[in-house]
Amino acid sequence: MKLTNILDIEGLTFRYPEAPKEAVSHFDLHVPEGEIVVLAGPSGCGKSTLLRTVNGLIPHMYSGDYSGEVKVAGASVKGTDMRDLSQRVGFLFQNPENQIFMFTVERDVAFGLENIGVPREEMRGRVDEALRLLGIASLAQRAPHELSDGQKQRVALAGVLAMRPRLVILDEPTSLLDPKTAGDLVALVAGLRKELGTTFVVVEHRIDLLVKVADRLVVMSEGKKVLEGTPRDVLFGEEAESYGVATPSVTKLQKMLAHDGLATGGALLSPAELARELEERQR
Amino acid sequence: MIEFQDVTFVHQNGVKALDGVTLKIESGETVALVGENGAGKTTLVKHVTGLLKPASGRVLVDGQDTKATSTARLSRKVGVAFQNPDHQLFSESVEEEMSFALRNFGFPPEVVRNRVAWGLELFGLEEYRKSSPLVLSGGEKKRLTLACILAWDPDVVILDEPTVGQDSLQKERLAGTIKLLKSAEKTVVVVSHDIEFLWPIQPRVVVMKAGKVVGDGPAPRIMQDEALLASARVAQPQLVEFHRSLSSKPLEPFADALEARRWVEGAFRP
Ligand SMILES: Nc1ncnc2c1ncn2[C@@H]1O[C@H](COP(=O)(O)OP(=O)(O)OP(=O)(O)O)[C@@H](O)[C@H]1O
Ligand SMILES: Nc1ncnc2c1ncn2[C@@H]1O[C@H](COP(=O)(O)OP(=O)(O)OP(=O)(O)O)[C@@H](O)[C@H]1O
Ligand SMILES: [Mg+2]
Ligand SMILES: [Mg+2]
Repeated sequence: MKLTNILDIEGLTFRYPEAPKEAVSHFDLHVPEGEIVVLAGPSGCGKSTLLRTVNGLIPHMYSGDYSGEVKVAGASVKGTDMRDLSQRVGFLFQNPENQIFMFTVERDVAFGLENIGVPREEMRGRVDEALRLLGIASLAQRAPHELSDGQKQRVALAGVLAMRPRLVILDEPTSLLDPKTAGDLVALVAGLRKELGTTFVVVEHRIDLLVKVADRLVVMSEGKKVLEGTPRDVLFGEEAESYGVATPSVTKLQKMLAHDGLATGGALLSPAELARELEERQR
Repeated sequence: MIEFQDVTFVHQNGVKALDGVTLKIESGETVALVGENGAGKTTLVKHVTGLLKPASGRVLVDGQDTKATSTARLSRKVGVAFQNPDHQLFSESVEEEMSFALRNFGFPPEVVRNRVAWGLELFGLEEYRKSSPLVLSGGEKKRLTLACILAWDPDVVILDEPTVGQDSLQKERLAGTIKLLKSAEKTVVVVSHDIEFLWPIQPRVVVMKAGKVVGDGPAPRIMQDEALLASARVAQPQLVEFHRSLSSKPLEPFADALEARRWVEGAFRP
């Protein structure tokens, strides 16, 4: 059986002009609609570059040597113009300052919707909802450049999610969020996947936040895909740590205790679950 | 020593970002500053360098009022790596970026050379020596700003969200560097949402909310205070949560997974 994929990356190779090495090298990734995929790997391994090939910044805005194919819902990114792509693919930049530019937060979140001609009434509703979901309704009339960095990241996220794209690409979405807001965002991602079937590809170093909701963890190193599997399988393997993938501290503990025969290693446990399991086994 | 005496600061748009902050940081302390988005953490650290001046109250750095001290003098003493590296990088090459401040502070050429080499090596940037900072990845830019600050060895080191863009190996190195700074009796202030990164460092933790300091104490005490953490939107470290969930447990929470394993081995081995 062949699933329909929302994203297909095949044999992708990209080198920035005059760069000594390829930033992405012979990369393959197939993502069925509705999956949550986490992309991890050492700083500088090519994660942001790979994401740029999905939203079309590469090859449309960046020059360089490009070969292979990237398809969003079956359509080649290379052959689709940026305007069309921006409707199909929601994209959060690693640095939120690269995507907030209007005079008020509210206008900023509405920007994408205005561009695609969403009717006023509906736009109002979607903007308000996005502001509320990101906890920034009280900032609606503030100027985005006069916010704290985490507040800016929330504005950028609200703008992306208000568009309700089928495919959402997030480049380190929690990097500037306070821990509770980061947790809220992960819940929001899981909720959107469940309700709307939205697909997410998320670059993240704080794996501990995402292990519970991710279907797949893909690890990249020096432009290549080096590991792929369920978060449990990748994190329990021997190699993940050598690629700088942060094993959550409780998973590290579970792994060691499973090795010692004191805990099971079948599924990833939360701190409370691990404590419970230890105590139940003792009884 | 850094001293905030009842400091209030209001941004031009009328937002009161600091609201009566009183805080004393002794020389040689390692302090983590945590709290929700918009709590005032960045605004606070900008007062230490004199970049922002209080509307009321006083900020003293080694006894000198920042209002009466030149920014040049303060900047020799206090090194800050800002939250957004794009605001701090302006040279043509990575090497030049690192050399610039060193030359400005009057270090002789061979010292500049050595320290640049040291920083590039420590932060894994050697291969980008001749590259423009603009083409670096997000995490690499961040590390470059860290390298620049640490290279000129300031007495006070302030890192605003240093782990953004960093993989776990880079984070471990950074934690190691912070411990080194501690043993060299430098004053270190780390602003971070990355609680899992902060916990093994076991810093003094200052919690901010709505422009005020709402908690201040050693990491184990603050990180076990669930009501405080919840009100400041700070999560509990996983190992503290694990410790909390055990019905019989040692007095103090585990600082790292190895320590937890040792205890579990003793308590649960049949
Ligand atoms: N340049 C500015 N102009 C006006 N208001 C600002 C500016 N920068 C920050 N603020 C406001 O001041 C308050 C404190 O912001 P600050 O940047 O100090 O927060 P923070 O604790 O560092 O947050 P974060 O965790 O998001 O980085 C917030 O309400 C913010 O909106
Ligand atoms: N615009 C550019 N021009 C030339 N080289 C670039 C450019 N952007 C990135 N690079 C280089 O390409 C490589 C991959 O960078 P990329 O930004 O994709 O890494 P990353 O995995 O996202 O890293 P991080 O986790 O630090 O954000 C790095 O060696 C980087 O220096
Ligand atoms: Mg990146
Ligand atoms: Mg800040």
